[in-house]
Amino acid sequence: MTATDAKANRLDFRSRGFDFASFAFTGITGLATLFILAILAIIIANIVWHGWGTFSWRFLTGSADQDMFDVNKAGVLPMVIGTALRVLVMTIVVVPVGVITAVYLTEYAHSTALTTRVIRGAVNNLAGVPSIVFGLFGLGFFISFIGRGLDGGAAEPLWGKPAIVWASLTLSVMTLPLVIVATEESLRAITPGLREASLALGATKLETIIKIVLPEALPGILTGGILAVGRAGGEVAPILFTGAAYYMRDLPHSLTDQFMDLGYHVFILSTQSPDIEKTRPILFATVLALLLLTLSLNLVAVIVRARVRKRMRASH
Amino acid sequence: MKNMTSNLLRCASLAAALVLAASAQAGSITVKGSDTLVVLAQKWAETYMSKHPDTKIQVTGGGTGTGLAALQNKSTDLCNASRKIKPTEQATSIKAFGKRPTEYKVCLDGLSVYVSADNPVKELTVAQIADIFNGKTTNWKQVGGPDARITVYSRENSSGTYEFFKEHVLSGKDFAASAQTMPGTAAVLQAVAKDKHGIGYGGAAYGAGAKSLKIKKDDASPGVEPTEENVIKGTYPIWRYLYIYVNPALDKGDIANYLNWLRGDEGQKVVKDVGYFPLPKEFRK
Amino acid sequence: MGIHRGHQARPLEWLAEKFIFLVSLTAILMVFLIFVFVAREALPLVLGQMNSAAARPVIAAKEMDKLKPEELRTYLGLTATEFKQLDKEALQALMEVREEEAKEAPKDKDATLNTTEWRYLFQPHQWSDSRPEDRYVWQPIGRIHKYNLVPLIIGSLKTTAVALLFSVPLALAAALYVSQLASPTMKEWLKPAIELLSGVPSVVLGFFALMVLASFLQGAFGYQSRLNAFVAGIALGLAVIPVVFSIAEDALTSVPRAYTQAALALGASKWQAAWQIVLPAAAPGVFAAVVLGFGRAIGETMVVLMASGNASIMSFSLFDSTRSITATIAAELAEAVFGGHHYRILFLIGAMLFVVTFLTNLAGDLIMHRLKGRLEGKAK
Repeated sequence: MTATDAKANRLDFRSRGFDFASFAFTGITGLATLFILAILAIIIANIVWHGWGTFSWRFLTGSADQDMFDVNKAGVLPMVIGTALRVLVMTIVVVPVGVITAVYLTEYAHSTALTTRVIRGAVNNLAGVPSIVFGLFGLGFFISFIGRGLDGGAAEPLWGKPAIVWASLTLSVMTLPLVIVATEESLRAITPGLREASLALGATKLETIIKIVLPEALPGILTGGILAVGRAGGEVAPILFTGAAYYMRDLPHSLTDQFMDLGYHVFILSTQSPDIEKTRPILFATVLALLLLTLSLNLVAVIVRARVRKRMRASH
Repeated sequence: MKNMTSNLLRCASLAAALVLAASAQAGSITVKGSDTLVVLAQKWAETYMSKHPDTKIQVTGGGTGTGLAALQNKSTDLCNASRKIKPTEQATSIKAFGKRPTEYKVCLDGLSVYVSADNPVKELTVAQIADIFNGKTTNWKQVGGPDARITVYSRENSSGTYEFFKEHVLSGKDFAASAQTMPGTAAVLQAVAKDKHGIGYGGAAYGAGAKSLKIKKDDASPGVEPTEENVIKGTYPIWRYLYIYVNPALDKGDIANYLNWLRGDEGQKVVKDVGYFPLPKEFRK
Repeated sequence: MGIHRGHQARPLEWLAEKFIFLVSLTAILMVFLIFVFVAREALPLVLGQMNSAAARPVIAAKEMDKLKPEELRTYLGLTATEFKQLDKEALQALMEVREEEAKEAPKDKDATLNTTEWRYLFQPHQWSDSRPEDRYVWQPIGRIHKYNLVPLIIGSLKTTAVALLFSVPLALAAALYVSQLASPTMKEWLKPAIELLSGVPSVVLGFFALMVLASFLQGAFGYQSRLNAFVAGIALGLAVIPVVFSIAEDALTSVPRAYTQAALALGASKWQAAWQIVLPAAAPGVFAAVVLGFGRAIGETMVVLMASGNASIMSFSLFDSTRSITATIAAELAEAVFGGHHYRILFLIGAMLFVVTFLTNLAGDLIMHRLKGRLEGKAK
């Protein structure tokens, strides 16, 4: 028997009556899929079940300045505002940088050039840096290096301390890959014909990108931004040392203030509360608020992205 | 990115400068430091501000180390500390502003030793507790309980509570390596409440969920409960001071008034409300 | 893709292109800066400039005047500018602090050791104030600062191993099902639904593990410590599933349809095509998924901080509570003396963590790149 015959034998797929293996294989993989979805459902259901009773409009818009551990008085408004602020500032920084990088990678770069490969490598690498290392980086670079540098030995440091701006910048470095990858995907989904038509009509490359390509890619850019917000909204480790406050009476006034944060508050309530049984309803309601925020953002991103992918398949 | 950052910084600093100019009125005090003290500091600030509306006090936590570092680079006026300042930190303070920070004792905290409500053991001597926490005693049988392995719950080694317990109960020896460390007293309490054979320790201001043991100084003395009366009398053996540190150059005007107030009768009443123990008379203002 | 034109007549176009290029270098710059600035804080430690000895030689504060300025400066460990700025009173105070420190220092023979040396970080040592069975000790606070990193490394590896053992089979099976066996409509629903799991923040997973999962698993398995490597690993696995699933699913989907169609035409069933044709073709991608899942698991912080029990024990049992590198940094940095040896050790382990994840990412990336190249090459 020759080697080719052996190979042909191995790939001999004749049906042999009831295919038990096929049944088992489909069953096992299907069950695994179901199992993952079931866990997700259990987590969400558990949090909704326990948190719903306390979760109210008053809870969402109440301040924490009375007593953040009192079920009847505590609200999460300062945390919601803190989280929203840091995410907003982050978006303002990360979206332009991410979109421009993606434009370079798809419109300008030669895909085989060394620079392109290194940029891609760096983007993928950035996506895998542990969140706590981002926290250390924020402390070491933004606060100690840039912040102290800006203060230049002033009597009262303005920049060289944890603040919203530093937390936001740290998060924007962390979420950069999300924006780049999502934008790139949608840029690639645009048919080359569109660009060529624009160029043929006499538009320059820059005009083509700004007026034709980017508007077309808007859903993808949106996806990237939303994913970044969803991811950053729930991250705690990078802001531990760069801006999150355990407790503040007032809302932050400027970007150099610290802030209270939803995710960090979940951590405080589950580990540092004075009476874990009494504060349990607040804890679950806070988790519910955080989960609603991140999951709804992710859901929107998923829907927009599915549309982009559909169009991409259609165009190719 | 660099361009963006610097532009952003310029805008932000402009905005910040405006806000600062508006809020830089007299009588603004910032307090930072130990998370153990943050709730108390907040209550103090609220009560004081309701009586002195022209003074504005801002309280944040972050940890004793963070607070002392902030004190040194002058980003806070007062530092809450759940432990005494360390020599290295004193040295950095001297380098930063030429003097040691002034230390004020602000209240007392009794540390309770917690066990599960189901545990028949009601009292232990300090020596027995030390043996349990440093891993010499491993079974409840050895201290008059059921035949079961002891699970030891401790605090994060970064907390002032941990250091205090280590110095004063274990006389400086290490905790058993098998001790689980919890990120907060509440977590310790929760763990002990759920673990029939668990033992843990924490501030007396926390409380519900588990049973706190009576402590005996030695075999001969009676078991004492961690009540206010016993802590102030000194019969309850495990207690500590909590501190505030301040740059001596700033210890005047509003800040000095505030410090005097919180160590006076009014401030010490707040201490009681929050669940810590007030200073004995001789330390009051 | 992209449009290439032969000339650059317009200066604005040229400028814009250069600007776009420069901005796109941000990612590279950031990876570089992260390493530099995390490592920078750890550098004095690596260079052996830190001394964590609890007991140091001391000169009585009264004798300050007898010292020459230069001697005094080195004794107090001041830089020249610092020395110039401080007045006599301040120097006196520094001398006193040093004296007090010496008074409080333990009399142990180990108190004079610089515990930040490499051998104390990685090799066992019999400390004079520890029990004989504890030779690998992480006890940074205390009379003698013990910084042995081995228990932390083992802790991180233990939780990561559990997380991978739990998540990889599940995620791969799900990826096979979704990419090969599910109908297109099902796929459109299943993929986003599973990826939604990545929208659950890690602090929520940690909370869930701490409040619900820990009690449930303890009830089911009946082990002693409620919080341990096993609980943390399972919760960590939930964070890893979407990572492994997404990448593996992508890799499986990127195998050309022609492969499957050919197999089906030869009479293979759907599962045979998936198992014997598609999976081997996508094997490198699947491997990359596992590698990147490892990177995610070892770097995850909040889940481990909340659910692992955080005891720095030298133990290989999965049911002992355990302390990981990430949780150690998160829990200890805020209270450490700024710029002190403890602070720098924490940055050092952060830098080590960065290097590990950097290498795993690089490996995963290279494998994926090869796979894509191979499949595209074959498909044409």
